[in-house]
Amino acid sequence: MSQVKLTINGREVSTDVEPRLSLADFLRDHIGLTGTHLGCEHGVCGACTVLLNGKPVRSCISLTVSCENMEVRTIEGFDDDAVMAVLRNAFSEEHGVQCGFCTPGVLISARDIVTRLPNLPRQRLREELSGNLCRCTGYAGILRAIEVAMEELKIGGGAK
Amino acid sequence: MKPAPFTYVRPNDLQEAIAHLRASNGMAKVLAGGQSLVPLLNLRLTQPELIVDISRIAELSIIEEDENSLLIGACVSHAAFEDGIVPDVAGGLLQRVGAAIGYRAIRNLGTIGGSMAHADPAAEWPVLLVALDAVIGYRNPDGRQEVSASEFILGPFTTVLQDNEILVDIRIARLSLSAKSGFYKTCRKSGEFADSLAVIVIDPERPLPRVVLGATNDRPLLLATTGNVVASLDAWSPAAEHAVREAVTADLETAFPSLDPYGGQIHRVTVVRAVREALSS
Repeated sequence: MSQVKLTINGREVSTDVEPRLSLADFLRDHIGLTGTHLGCEHGVCGACTVLLNGKPVRSCISLTVSCENMEVRTIEGFDDDAVMAVLRNAFSEEHGVQCGFCTPGVLISARDIVTRLPNLPRQRLREELSGNLCRCTGYAGILRAIEVAMEELKIGGGAK
Repeated sequence: MKPAPFTYVRPNDLQEAIAHLRASNGMAKVLAGGQSLVPLLNLRLTQPELIVDISRIAELSIIEEDENSLLIGACVSHAAFEDGIVPDVAGGLLQRVGAAIGYRAIRNLGTIGGSMAHADPAAEWPVLLVALDAVIGYRNPDGRQEVSASEFILGPFTTVLQDNEILVDIRIARLSLSAKSGFYKTCRKSGEFADSLAVIVIDPERPLPRVVLGATNDRPLLLATTGNVVASLDAWSPAAEHAVREAVTADLETAFPSLDPYGGQIHRVTVVRAVREALSS
């Protein structure tokens, strides 16, 4: 067992974990944050995407022990986030959600895209989102939702 | 999809990291960004007894530029290249190639040194660094060693690194202002590993154009015949395209006599497009 201390959605957590424990399994099975979904467990599908020190990463291929002193933000940690509020609303309005399995990862990637690359044309948006698989193949609604959110965020000056 | 059990250490400096590797008798793996290693652990394709996490060793994150070259620590992320944090001494190639690797979530953690040490034939950095004739620095208990990128990689997933050695930095000589380059990656889905990958660097201040092909079943391949043909061309034209196609075919036949027609076609088209970009600029 290894000692690890990290911050999850603003709350400090200090515990012993097996070194082989992925961040995704730690979040789901030890902390009870089951909004982070596990699809492929080898970094391809994007369902487990979380923010680590503010940047999107795959929690299924990140070891919990290597996150020592880092800040993790999961899909449960965006209640007060203005950008995520715009995205959630757009996903609802534009039918960006079907079964919902990929949605936590898609939203976290989408938030990164709209803040980092606010003027992305559709073709580049498709490429940026290519690391998140939706097995319902609901991509048209997802892309529309992100584009609507991008426009709204521009009008609102980045955050509402 | 869970790794077999292992012990984990996160040394503070290189000396300590190398001591751990030495003590493990070949049963350790070095962890940088983990974007190739952790999937392999999850799939149990590798089952080390010890993981040595070098991601927090400060000297492995250096980015130093002087008038002749750029020195990059092994643990600099792909995203740092994509975002232009690393000065691009290769006229934009470093940024383009960095941005073409996997997905953003992968690029945030994955490192240039990790990619080089892993030596996946379909990976981007090995092909680019061979094309740029970069110098790989590594450390072992006896001190520092240097080797060219093309000598560093011996074959698929195989490098000169021994069990007690760690890749520490990469030096890239600055291209001249009149240099031209091309990069083309063929894959069926954006972010996927390449089906074929080619980088070409034409620098009048260097001996010959370097045309390098990746995603074969070998190490990054320097296409010598193609390089010679490209050296004789000034601009892109139908005749130039024909000459380059013939040269690539000759190089492929020499290197891979039993290559299937599909593989041959994919590689030929990829190299031709990379050369076209270089000669059209």
